[in-house]
Amino acid sequence: MLKLDKTEIWLVVSALVLLASAFLLPNWLTFILTLALAKALVVQGVVIQMRAGLVSFGQGLFFCIGGYSVGMGGAFLNIHDAFVLVALGVAASVGVAAILGLLMTRYRDIFFAMLSLALSMILYGLIVKNQALGSTDGFNVHDVSFLGWMPAGEDQKLVIFVLTVIVAGGIAIALNRYMKSGLGGVNEAIKENEIRVEFLGLSPRWILYANYLFAAGISAVGGAFTALATGHVDPEMAFWTTSGEFVFIALLGGTSHVAAPFIAAVLFALVRTYALELAPHSWQMILGFVLLAIIVFLPKGLWSLVAGKRRAAA
Amino acid sequence: MSTILETRGLNRSFGAVTAARELNVKIESGEVVGVIGSNGAGKTTFINMVTGYLPPSSGEILFEGKSIVGKSTREIIRNGMTRSFQVAQLFPEMTVLDNLLIALVAAEGPRPSFLGGLRSRSRIARADEILEEFAVQQYRNAIVSAVPQGARKLIDIAMALIGKPRMLLLDEPTSGVSVEEKFPLMDTVMLAVRRHKVTVLFVEHDMEIVERYVSRVLAFYSGEIISDGVPAKVFGDAKVQELVIGHGHGRKTEDKERSAA
Repeated sequence: MLKLDKTEIWLVVSALVLLASAFLLPNWLTFILTLALAKALVVQGVVIQMRAGLVSFGQGLFFCIGGYSVGMGGAFLNIHDAFVLVALGVAASVGVAAILGLLMTRYRDIFFAMLSLALSMILYGLIVKNQALGSTDGFNVHDVSFLGWMPAGEDQKLVIFVLTVIVAGGIAIALNRYMKSGLGGVNEAIKENEIRVEFLGLSPRWILYANYLFAAGISAVGGAFTALATGHVDPEMAFWTTSGEFVFIALLGGTSHVAAPFIAAVLFALVRTYALELAPHSWQMILGFVLLAIIVFLPKGLWSLVAGKRRAAA
Repeated sequence: MSTILETRGLNRSFGAVTAARELNVKIESGEVVGVIGSNGAGKTTFINMVTGYLPPSSGEILFEGKSIVGKSTREIIRNGMTRSFQVAQLFPEMTVLDNLLIALVAAEGPRPSFLGGLRSRSRIARADEILEEFAVQQYRNAIVSAVPQGARKLIDIAMALIGKPRMLLLDEPTSGVSVEEKFPLMDTVMLAVRRHKVTVLFVEHDMEIVERYVSRVLAFYSGEIISDGVPAKVFGDAKVQELVIGHGHGRKTEDKERSAA
């Protein structure tokens, strides 16, 4: 039987609270939470790579592939089941990552960051030039069913929220295990001293390749749920500012705990919502100040507040 | 005894500079071989070529009778030959325990599992044994960057030995280590390599260390081996006296202390 550790019990409890709150929270808040959790999955993809010392400024590539797979699956392949569409997004994303990863894992530092950004911008350019995909406007996602059941209107949004919470919870538990595993430890070791890892008889490149595929897969899940929740996809998903947002959230939360990207993504969504409300023309400035404050006062992200309290208690 | 490492006509050039010229070396299993030479003599180039870090320009390297030229570093490590570094190569922001745990994970196979936890009971127990063997248990939970240089060297060598190699190459094991620490450090290392039955080849500038711990010396000068034999023979060689020891790189500790004073 699956034995859960303390972190995993917290994750399950948090997921249950979110699920219970779905029936109490206003629709707009459930919608924001759905998008925040979906985004957090992409951020997890960024964080996995950050833990091994690589910063992806192009994770929007896989976010976009996940989203467009959902849209295109419905529009061109006549697939309407949400589970099949999400699986299609993951398969497409991992397939693309399997090819790109061979190139990407040869690069480190700024070269990796810039190359990842360049690849996502190539996809952006391809979509923008494609009239069949709606060019810069994108296109709407067809209504989806869930194993044959097709709820209508707000019910569908609620089902997508529930699914997002369950899937995000499952992925978070898997990531927690990954982070604490032997392989997770080696990832941190690669960040600290890749040469030593090589001289221990391991291949940092293939470990980074596995990370890249894993990150692509979960980022595609995030993109797929975003497309399902909003009912629309557009090339902005692959634009550099979207990828920058994922890095922003990763820095906001920190990389030391699996819960950090979720907390940061929710906080980011709320800050942005209220910043937009308060200052519609300068909300980016407010986000900029938030990031500046995090970098100056909490260089290891929001999670360092929790970690610091734990250390003090110990 | 059988030959564990053999190089035949090994050459390496960097542009116009020849760092290794026609190196023909045979190391027998169980030997402790010291490599001496002034800076730029080709000692580290030799180690780098043997461990696959640097490809030779020409020549052959045989480990246990099989060619290892063209093999990657990790293939050579997995075949049973490993090395430590002049500057200890550790994971500086991790604890000493975690460093050893990572090395233990690596020793279990080339594909680390994502299922079992890094800190399994069996791995921690084994890491504690290693800490005790190398007399660094007091640093168990310390972050590596806060550990003294001598202890870092020991941890570096301990990590190299975790994979149960049959041959260990040490690049200046006592460099950066205080005069008081160097003999206890080498005693600990030599005890461990004897226990693990490992053939050792080490580069060292300190002649006292070489004299005390090796059974054979290879003296390098300008990419060539100018003398090979037991320490008494090599140190008595006029060429070695003039080109290696005379350069000041092989001064004994007392000489160093005298010049420092």
